[in-house]
Amino acid sequence: MYKSWWKIVSVILLVYTFTAGILTEVPRLPALQETIRNLYFHVCMWFAMMILFTISVVNAVRYLRTFNHKYDIYARQYAVVGIVMGILGYVTGAIWMSYTWADPNNPAFESFSALAREPKLIGAAIGLLIYFAYLVLRDSINDMDKRARISAVYNIFAYAMLFPSIWILPRILPSLHPGREGNPALNTSDIDSSMRIVFYPAVIGWTLLAVWITTIKIRLSLLKEKKMMQ
Amino acid sequence: MLMNPVAGNAITKNNMTAFRQIYTLFKKDLLLEVRQQYSFYGILLYIGATIFVLYMAINEPEAKVWNGLFWVIQLFICINAVAKSFLQESRGRMLYFYSIASPRDFVLAKLMFNSLLMLAMSMLSLLLFSLFLGSPINKVGPFVGLVLLGGWSLSLVFTFLAAIAAKAQQNAAIMAVLGFPIILPQLLLLMRLSNAAFAPLLTIPLNTVLLLVALDIMVILLAVILFPFLWKD
Repeated sequence: MYKSWWKIVSVILLVYTFTAGILTEVPRLPALQETIRNLYFHVCMWFAMMILFTISVVNAVRYLRTFNHKYDIYARQYAVVGIVMGILGYVTGAIWMSYTWADPNNPAFESFSALAREPKLIGAAIGLLIYFAYLVLRDSINDMDKRARISAVYNIFAYAMLFPSIWILPRILPSLHPGREGNPALNTSDIDSSMRIVFYPAVIGWTLLAVWITTIKIRLSLLKEKKMMQ
Repeated sequence: MLMNPVAGNAITKNNMTAFRQIYTLFKKDLLLEVRQQYSFYGILLYIGATIFVLYMAINEPEAKVWNGLFWVIQLFICINAVAKSFLQESRGRMLYFYSIASPRDFVLAKLMFNSLLMLAMSMLSLLLFSLFLGSPINKVGPFVGLVLLGGWSLSLVFTFLAAIAAKAQQNAAIMAVLGFPIILPQLLLLMRLSNAAFAPLLTIPLNTVLLLVALDIMVILLAVILFPFLWKD
């Protein structure tokens, strides 16, 4: 029980996010209006993705230092759930975009190629592609030790190249997406202080949920590994 | 713990020996290239044939198309030129290098050789592109510099990926899968910079150039740090 406190915290924070996020008063800016509530979901997904990828690369480094297979499994599962959070970030972003950016006179499908040129979208797409490539590389090697070592090396290399594509590139290219000058939703001028009291708990809640999902996946694959050994 | 005693000693030796080792390994790659000319001519033919096909397909493309085509062709040339650098080394020969050289020296020699190869190939393809497809370049000097910088960036990233692909016992196809997403940020920056070199009124932003150089240095550092882990079989 004493070890599951963070799971309880996660559930409480998410319940709070959903109730307070939908019920509390939010500032209504032109073009955004009530859609700003999506901030509690969309931005949190990207936070969770970045945090999970970071945990994944830390585990890759730990693997290369100790050659303990546990860390290899950690690194892979965190990367997988990170990808899922990234895709959810895209989905929530697409919903938001369809209300704020999309041309109402044009069907969404036709305005897609113009909107997809958005640097933040490109950066995130590069990030996801890098991790898809990581999974492809990892599963293409049969030997267990070799697979762990090579994919850990690629993981570290990929993370180092992911950083410019997510954090630097969108700041150089012209963009419609908010948060070009600094960190989106963290700047004092970006969001109203009344939204902060929901936003920060939401980030923690979603990240904890993602970690929780990952720990279950890790337990499952550790059990599978054990079964294979016998 | 990772390197064998011989390689471990090589690191503790003074820098002069390290330089000599890198130079020797570099010279070995150069000699191989000179003696087995088929691969060198193979790349030349690849460049010539690709650009000729483009010439047949479109004549005198506008600046934006020229730019996009040029960098995509650079990317493919780089994959073809660099892929063999690790794939050509047989298992036995790798074992031999493993016993006489340190991984740092080995990877640095490979990076140097591939950079040189790619710089030459970039210049050649720029020349052929300008000959066949016309030249929208407004600032020639800066653009040549940009092409060299781009070729260098491409060669560094793909050298390291070639090492990964060779260790994974995969063909060059996996290199493209692994490499395309990773090279995209640099390629985007390069295309943006070269658009500035085409327009007479735009100046080339220096901080973007510096960012590219910083990325290159990061790739070299990562290669030096991570290669020892790939090296051991």
